[in-house]
Amino acid sequence: MTTKKLMTASVVALMAATPVMADLVFPSLSYRTGPFAAGGIAFADGYADYFTLLNERDGGIGGVMASVPECETAYNAEKGVECYEATKAEGALVYQPLATSITYQLIPKVEVDGIPLHTMGYGRTSAKNGEVFRHTFNYPVNYWDGASAGVNHFLDLNDGSLEGRKITLLHFNGAYGKEPIPTLEALSEKHGFELSTIAIDYPGQEQKSQWLQIRRERPDYILFWGWGVMNQVAVQEAANIGYPMENFMGIWWSGSENDVLPAGAAADGYKALAFHEMGSDFPVFDDIQTYVVDAGKAAGAGDQIGSVLYNRGLYAAFLAAEAAADAQEATGEPEITAAMMRDAMESLEITAQDMEDAGIPGFGPVFSVTCQNHGGDGLASVAQWDATAQEWSLISDFFPSDGEVVNALIKADSEAFAAENDITPSCD
Amino acid sequence: MLYREAGDFKTSYPDDSQTFPIAFDRWRYWAVLAIAFLVIPFVINDYWASSLMVPFLIYAIAAIGLNILTGYCGQVSLGTGGFMAVGAYACYKLMTAFPDVNIVFHVLLAGGITAAVGAAFGLPSLRIKGFYLAVATLAAQFFLVWLFNKVAWFYNYSASGQINAPERFIFGTAVTGPSAPAWAQYLVCLVFVTFCAVLARNLTRGSLGRSWMAIRDMDIAAEIIGVNPLKAKLTAFAVSSFFIGISGALFFAVYLGAVEAGDSFGITKSFLVLFMVILGGLGSIFGSFAGAAFLVILPVFLKIIGVDVLGWPTEMVAHLQLVIVGALIMFFLIKEPHGLAQLWRLAKEKLRLWPFPY
Repeated sequence: MTTKKLMTASVVALMAATPVMADLVFPSLSYRTGPFAAGGIAFADGYADYFTLLNERDGGIGGVMASVPECETAYNAEKGVECYEATKAEGALVYQPLATSITYQLIPKVEVDGIPLHTMGYGRTSAKNGEVFRHTFNYPVNYWDGASAGVNHFLDLNDGSLEGRKITLLHFNGAYGKEPIPTLEALSEKHGFELSTIAIDYPGQEQKSQWLQIRRERPDYILFWGWGVMNQVAVQEAANIGYPMENFMGIWWSGSENDVLPAGAAADGYKALAFHEMGSDFPVFDDIQTYVVDAGKAAGAGDQIGSVLYNRGLYAAFLAAEAAADAQEATGEPEITAAMMRDAMESLEITAQDMEDAGIPGFGPVFSVTCQNHGGDGLASVAQWDATAQEWSLISDFFPSDGEVVNALIKADSEAFAAENDITPSCD
Repeated sequence: MLYREAGDFKTSYPDDSQTFPIAFDRWRYWAVLAIAFLVIPFVINDYWASSLMVPFLIYAIAAIGLNILTGYCGQVSLGTGGFMAVGAYACYKLMTAFPDVNIVFHVLLAGGITAAVGAAFGLPSLRIKGFYLAVATLAAQFFLVWLFNKVAWFYNYSASGQINAPERFIFGTAVTGPSAPAWAQYLVCLVFVTFCAVLARNLTRGSLGRSWMAIRDMDIAAEIIGVNPLKAKLTAFAVSSFFIGISGALFFAVYLGAVEAGDSFGITKSFLVLFMVILGGLGSIFGSFAGAAFLVILPVFLKIIGVDVLGWPTEMVAHLQLVIVGALIMFFLIKEPHGLAQLWRLAKEKLRLWPFPY
């Protein structure tokens, strides 16, 4: 009797809980736990909320509902692979792992499985060469654009010359942090500044020795590639040694509220690169309030809305939804496959009108993707933290990186990858 | 009834000293091997291979390796992650330097290189014991990871410091790289596990294993009865590192395909393997398998129950996972300090008397 009851109950629970196969699947490999959770939560909330908004307001994308199954990776490569294998059978259209180490696992896998991978502003930079990396996209910007944009900003501050200046790259000692080094080396040769690199080991709660070295070397500018708790510590340490904050610039992953709030007023003037707008002053946020938050459907705790990384998640979801809509339009099929999604991503064009229609006018750069260029036009902007108003704001327009230097490096690195893996670069 | 010595007559010394003296045990052993080799490869899919079976087998090799050092020879080591990294990077360097040589030899050679490195780091064990040795091996862990991050030669000067496994074949079937079929990845790991487990089992039953155990139980007494501590301790470090090196090589080449020293072979890996050994049972080959299965499969099982069946939020399940696994570790350590292997041993004792216990 009891056994029977138990059996029935578990079968019913199983049936009730098994998700109804939704038509457009955008898996979210999120990390709401672990040392990088502070960044992961906001991004995952933004990603999920935008699709919820599309479902609630427009009835999905082109009349087909979107579903966002979440899988917790804790920023761990092994769990990331498990998540990928667990969700790919559900008809996943695009993966966005938000971790450079997981990206490296997935790049060869998506090539075989034919599912596009979008690493927005992270991952392997040379994936911009779509002739080699057929299924990997990293529009609108990548790390090498970021490094170059940072240097360009310093050039602007110095009337176009960095001759004899010292720039230090303070970076996470791993794939992510090492990415910009080749670009900065090339740029230092071109512009005549002196480059030194200082690595911070995971997780980076202790940076006394690194900052001691900075104190000794007195660099004119610091570029910073950090993530998670490392960021707050670095900003705090910079404040402790009295380093001028306006000369200290993080990559876009080192520029959220989490990173500057702990240092209080001392963080005022800290800069970070950005590839999208900050704040919640856009029409789409009214819709999110009406259709998502008020309806009780906000992802997570719902307290991240309008934060820098929430906006980034939202922007990632927007780009994915645009590509899905393009795919539906191009093929005439509402229920698209991963292959159609890939083709649409390869011909994606984000115009000012697209952003306006989505309720985010001027949110990101205008760019287009082609087979030869999976990385967009490399437009970035600089944001600065205002500790009194407690908000980030962009202090420049979206400006281009040094394409001459960056593209040559991308070509060299992607060709090396192609040779190592017997890939013949082609567009068909 | 089935599980007993009675009626199983041995007529020669080799029969008498075989690994499984009880007939039922022998049959069970062959049945497990038959299922593992002849049934699972035909039913396995990508998900089962890459999230359960392949990591389980690879961690089982690492656990066997650490068990030889810690469980059989009594030398505590926190350097497992570092030694796995040696195996992985050695395998990578060999794979890229000699692309025409079969991957099997690369994996075995990677084990050999790790054995040499392990023996070198085992030298302090001749002078220091217990916690002090643990700290010395901890130094090895941090030094090795730092080395693989710092010296660009180890990762062939790639921009990111990641190493990527190129595609390699065994009998014309890809076993590394993205297009390797699930069954091939599983089978290659299984062959290595079987090889390692049989080797370890027989080493520990032989004179070498007995000298390790003598050192573990009381090193002064062992020395007095003629065990050479230099030889015993260094062979334990070398053999243990050989297995750990193989597991590191497979972890990199077959399982993940791309790794980074700090990310994949950090101190957490050392602790994970140590937990496997302690939970499974110190000084037991079966315990190494049980511990690896427990710590690899349980989290995935809990995730499937929590997220897919019950539909709970992912972060809550992730936190619950830590709580449950942690609580189970404490429960086992209190209730059964000798690990899962001891439960298995007790079950076998009971089985011998079943169904008529006295």
